[in-house]
Amino acid sequence: MKFKRLVSFFLTGILFGIIMSKSEAISWFRIHEMFRFESFHMYGIIGVAVLLGVITLKVWKLMGFRTKDGDEVRNYVMPLSPKRHLLAGTIFGLGWALIGACPGPIYVLLGQGFLIFIFVLIGAVAGTWIYAAIKHKLPH
Amino acid sequence: MSNVQTIVEILQKPWHWSLAGVMIALILFLLTYLGRSFGVSASFKTICNAFGLGKKYEYFDFDIKNDFWQIAFLLGVLLGGLISVTILYNPEPAKISQATIDHLATDFGWNYPQGDGYLPVDVFNIYNWKAIVIALVGGAFVGFGARYGNGCTSGHAITGLSHMRLPSLITVIGFFIGGLIMTWLIMPFIFGN
Repeated sequence: MKFKRLVSFFLTGILFGIIMSKSEAISWFRIHEMFRFESFHMYGIIGVAVLLGVITLKVWKLMGFRTKDGDEVRNYVMPLSPKRHLLAGTIFGLGWALIGACPGPIYVLLGQGFLIFIFVLIGAVAGTWIYAAIKHKLPH
Repeated sequence: MSNVQTIVEILQKPWHWSLAGVMIALILFLLTYLGRSFGVSASFKTICNAFGLGKKYEYFDFDIKNDFWQIAFLLGVLLGGLISVTILYNPEPAKISQATIDHLATDFGWNYPQGDGYLPVDVFNIYNWKAIVIALVGGAFVGFGARYGNGCTSGHAITGLSHMRLPSLITVIGFFIGGLIMTWLIMPFIFGN
């Protein structure tokens, strides 16, 4: 990949880090509040993002939009396996609510200087390792 | 100069949820335009690969060059976090609902605000061994679940739902089942008075 393209990804990352901070979507309190149904804030953020995402991707498809490299927009759909999706999703959700951060925010909070997230990242990498080790025993 | 100051002042303030939603969609569009699918948790795989685990597990056996874009993106995310608490620092903590503030005070004995409204730092700090255990275990659940499910909030809730993928919808329902069980049934035993 060309260096210039990597810089584009780097700049997009900076923007994402700022958006997640300023929107408070990385706040443990906001996540807790969301799971207690005591505020509309997080539902509003995700709702607007998805609504706009659905509409724009539909329009792009109709217009035959191409990426910077001239490719069609890929829509990789993983094989349907409700048992796997629900089980994996539930395990993820247990961790998400406990530490109040999903993978994106883990990096943002690290950048903000919350050192406890070093341990969260170590845990996440360990969890990934455990998955690789017991993958063949799980329903897929 | 005064224009720059005004812009910085506007950016310092917390953003309305609708603006945040639009901006997150913009990230999805930018990454799609740049030819990649928006998702963060695959980076855990990349870290395992960097540790040389690719020799032991097929799952980590891939060419790390294909993930350079994600490494560049995540270095940006770290810097974006740093910019948010320096140049764009906002002393006002998140205006969470009074109901949540009351619940935290009564059920957990926690004061709000703390940790700039981002994190309950009275508990979640590196000098508290219980917090380190919670961080490691919580992180492990997030990492395991995200990789088993082939995606996290960005990959499934934002990207997957925007593409209207059924597996993503079921996974997001799972996120909420897990989140609700933790928040309502397990957390009272972990943080409760």
